[in-house]
Amino acid sequence: MSATLSKRAEELRGIIRVHKRWDAVFATLGLLAMMVGVLTLAALFAAMITDGVPRLSAEFFTEFPSRRASQAGILSAWVGSMLVMLVTALFAVPVGVAGAIYLEEYAKKNWFTDIIEINISNLAGVPSIVYGLLALGLFVYTFGFGQSILSAGLTLALLILPIVIVATREALRAIPQHVREGAYACGASQWQVVSHHLVPYGMPGILTGVIIGLSRAIGETAPIITIGALTFIAFLPPMPFSGDPPAGIFDWLFSPFTVMPIQIFNWTSRPDQAFHQNAAAASLVLVVLTLGMNATAIWLRYRLRKNIKW
Amino acid sequence: MAITSSTAGASLTTPTAKGAAKLAEYARTKAQRKRRERAIEMVLLFAACVSVFTTVGIVYVLVKESLAFFSHVPVWDFLTDTQWTPLFDDAHFGIIVLLAGTVTSSAVALAIAIPLGTIIAIYLSEFAGHKTREIMKPLLELLSGVPTIIFGYFALLFVTPLLQKIYPDLPGFNVLSAGIVMGIMIIPYVSSLSEDAMRAVPMSLREGSYAMGATRFQTAVKVVVPAALSGIAAAYILGISRAVGETMILAVAAGMQPNLTLNPLEPAATITAYIVQVALGDLPHGSIGYQTIFAAGLTLMLLTLFFNLIGYWLRRKYREAY
Repeated sequence: MSATLSKRAEELRGIIRVHKRWDAVFATLGLLAMMVGVLTLAALFAAMITDGVPRLSAEFFTEFPSRRASQAGILSAWVGSMLVMLVTALFAVPVGVAGAIYLEEYAKKNWFTDIIEINISNLAGVPSIVYGLLALGLFVYTFGFGQSILSAGLTLALLILPIVIVATREALRAIPQHVREGAYACGASQWQVVSHHLVPYGMPGILTGVIIGLSRAIGETAPIITIGALTFIAFLPPMPFSGDPPAGIFDWLFSPFTVMPIQIFNWTSRPDQAFHQNAAAASLVLVVLTLGMNATAIWLRYRLRKNIKW
Repeated sequence: MAITSSTAGASLTTPTAKGAAKLAEYARTKAQRKRRERAIEMVLLFAACVSVFTTVGIVYVLVKESLAFFSHVPVWDFLTDTQWTPLFDDAHFGIIVLLAGTVTSSAVALAIAIPLGTIIAIYLSEFAGHKTREIMKPLLELLSGVPTIIFGYFALLFVTPLLQKIYPDLPGFNVLSAGIVMGIMIIPYVSSLSEDAMRAVPMSLREGSYAMGATRFQTAVKVVVPAALSGIAAAYILGISRAVGETMILAVAAGMQPNLTLNPLEPAATITAYIVQVALGDLPHGSIGYQTIFAAGLTLMLLTLFFNLIGYWLRRKYREAY
């Protein structure tokens, strides 16, 4: 009797052992799968650093692109990127935040609001190159902005608009209702509630969304190629009031330009090995920039969320 | 009496007049405030509508230029021709050639991203401790933060030479290495969303399964995954629509020659890479070559819209309510 019992217990233990083994197998599989991602990231950085670091010097940032790889730099590219980002931020932040405030605080629940909501989630799934086609047809030719910093900035602004809107809405939604009720009880109007309380309190979340949006925009290549940015630019956009005749304040907006991703694309697609090193160096600069922005956003969110106690 | 009443009247009328004036002022400021609030609301509404204008703009531009294109090229030829040579004298416009490139590259990418993404999601949600998850999730999300042009550089100059060591006949431009890198880039999209869906499955379901003697793996595969299936499917769909719309990796590493093949070892052009190729040259505005990129863009847009709608429908239909 006891012998059969212990035999059956042994059988049971065997079954459990087999199943536990599957647990261990799967856990190893999971770790391996994650290693694929992490190792790729590591290999990417290793490749960029070994190829790119020898080319990184002060001159690399202060020289224009050149036909000789060893003398080429990214001056026009990084200046172009910064100016395009400026236009993007100036358009996307106010419009995105305002749109999010409307949807979260003002909008009534009706079909029109539903359309806007579905539309925003749909836009987030549109491939970036389609925004480039929109810009090519609309900004470049219909509005006549040409292949300029303004066209590129507006295109990227539309591209990151859903990111800014979603982040702002989440930030506003996280603010407890009693803050609004308290403000209304003191006689505040709706706009006063929004501008004095909700926007300042939601600032960490809004800022995080804006930074993540801009870090996405600065790395975008496809839409800017589509509007026809040039790949070889050996001059800077005109400074306001400089030159002869003096440039107007807004002349730089309509200047031809290049940006860092396009410079990288151009250097990568040349057969000459020396240009590949330039591409690696420029990639390193770009990736440090975007990941730095992402890290700032994550840190900001973590830091500020910790301090909030409603 | 008369005197008092007159003085009383006087002393009464002044405050009432004052009060009335004050009330009128209140009413005025209130009306003013209401007007201002109304104006602000209109401005905010306009900002919210910018996204709608964007969609309308996209559809308008794509449809307008595509209509011009289809007035030259019959839709039937566009869908059935097996050559894509829009810039040659003997022009053919068979979108199927570009679609083949898109399908091949997406298939390679998804063959990497879906299994790995799912395994990672299950691991992070059901096996990993709190600390591992907190470290690994942001680390993996870095993958989707790297600009795609840099992945293109990586695919062309690192992965392709690596693959050529294993398979020496591989051409310098090929869909395989671009697809692999693209798949790794898409992993976080699949894993993050799937993991969120799995974590939303209530603890009581897992506890029930453990109480029946199931192991972690059994619980994960037989209880958690089926319960989170709609979310996981939506994550796959997002991955697919990313893969279909990805541009720069393919433009850099897969070559830009149109090639009607499903063999990932060959170079091929995708819809997106073709748009880039045309945009890099300078085609005159209004020429047929210029219009082809809008027709290609419309095809791409319809393709991703189709996947997005399926994803939306899946989330709606199979949303489990606990």
